[in-house]
Amino acid sequence: MLLIKCPYCGERDQSEFTNGGEAHVTRPKNPEQVTDREWAEYVFIRSNPKGIYYERWVHSHGCKKWFNAVRNTSTDEILLTYKIGETPPPIKKFQNTLKSPSGEPDVGSGNFTVKKP
Amino acid sequence: MWRSPEPRKFYDIIIVGGGGHGLGTAYYLAKEHGLKNIAVIEKGWLGSGNTGRNTTIIRSNYLWDESAHLYDHSLKLWENLSTELNYNVMFSQRGVLNLAHNEHDIKEIKRRVSANQLNGIDSHWADPKEIKKLVPIMNINNCRYPVLGASFQPRGGVARHDAVAWGYAMRADELGVDVIQNCEVKKIRTKNGKVYGVETTKGIIRAKRVGVVASGHTGVLAETAGVRLPLQSKPLQALVSEPIKPVINTVVMSNAVHAYVSQSDKGELVIGAGTDGYNSFTQRGGYNIIEDTIRSIVELYPIFGKMKMLRQWGGIVDICPDASPIISKCDVEGLYFNCGWGTGGFKATPGSANLFAHTIAKDKAHSINAPFSLERFVSGRLVDEHGAAAVAH
Repeated sequence: MLLIKCPYCGERDQSEFTNGGEAHVTRPKNPEQVTDREWAEYVFIRSNPKGIYYERWVHSHGCKKWFNAVRNTSTDEILLTYKIGETPPPIKKFQNTLKSPSGEPDVGSGNFTVKKP
Repeated sequence: MWRSPEPRKFYDIIIVGGGGHGLGTAYYLAKEHGLKNIAVIEKGWLGSGNTGRNTTIIRSNYLWDESAHLYDHSLKLWENLSTELNYNVMFSQRGVLNLAHNEHDIKEIKRRVSANQLNGIDSHWADPKEIKKLVPIMNINNCRYPVLGASFQPRGGVARHDAVAWGYAMRADELGVDVIQNCEVKKIRTKNGKVYGVETTKGIIRAKRVGVVASGHTGVLAETAGVRLPLQSKPLQALVSEPIKPVINTVVMSNAVHAYVSQSDKGELVIGAGTDGYNSFTQRGGYNIIEDTIRSIVELYPIFGKMKMLRQWGGIVDICPDASPIISKCDVEGLYFNCGWGTGGFKATPGSANLFAHTIAKDKAHSINAPFSLERFVSGRLVDEHGAAAVAH
């Protein structure tokens, strides 16, 4: 279970929050000119990285406000939370601990006890 | 058993992922399509991913014609799999119940039962009396969400998950397939829009065709070839209890209160939970999900109240927006994907492997898996199976 820092209320238990998927997905600006393939990209396809990930959360059982977070999906470590409308921090700011795209991190995964470095 | 060969420099076909689906694909490629020079590359040991982490439930009571054909194709292969592989996969057709707890459930399940019957699938509506007879230990009316009925598929059941991987591995190996374990594929290499090979921890291996069946990590690998798939990876948890005497001889699933249970041959209760509410690659999941599941289990089966749980774990499942799989070619020539099985891939193992082998061998989808192409997200012809998927996500 995660401890999440709401930018408005401070640190609260995960049970108060709901995840809202990838952050900073923008709707096409000129919908009448967008092809079916581009619509498919916008409607169905989301990033799914193993590592640093920008995502949205809502403090459903609290202030009910939406905010963004940067999380490492290979360890579930939340690196930063920030308000909607704020500029997302550059991804290079965060160090990805993964050795390969599908590899396991040093700590934090169910497999780490059986994986030799 | 199987050999543990060092990888060659070149293969005609490489399958990435040594679970049931991947090993099965290699087996059918060699057996049914007579192809040679095939390798299966697995980053851990065989069946160390979701093949060894699921709750082994097998059924085919899906709503839409496309899914019904796909999952029933698989169920028919299950019925003959031990003979086919000459290895006991312990397929036990003990029946599967899907419970209804409210008016909406009743309508949805009755609709699905009717659809199943039109597709020749042996599903029927069971009233509370029949359920109580099948599962005497179930508390059907003295609880927050009473049991109002269920769908019952007698041909459904469970199988031994490891045996499926081992059986396919042995027979594929006999047909000359190289099964390479402890070798992680890091990157899929492409050249001029065609697949070139894979970069692994044992070096670069060239291939004419590459099939990726890496469940939760399929999306991550696809990205290395510049292909974006409509997948989201989440942990799906399960747990087993201490072994007890036989108390439940069927499989019971409940979508609404989110708990499902069966009893293994060793006597352990095998309990499945829902997916966690956020993308993650940690093979453990959050404790709140387990708490919810256990609460429902104890309410439905008060007799389990004082039992101890032995183990809990998570597997990373890749979920599609319409809760249906993808067995498809893509824009890169010679690159194929078999993914998006989400929370219910084990039941499809033989069927999925069989159809994926066909797709790779002929470079063209079989009529059964043609509706499950990547193209459906562009055309909008989705196969929405959120109701039949039985796990909330």
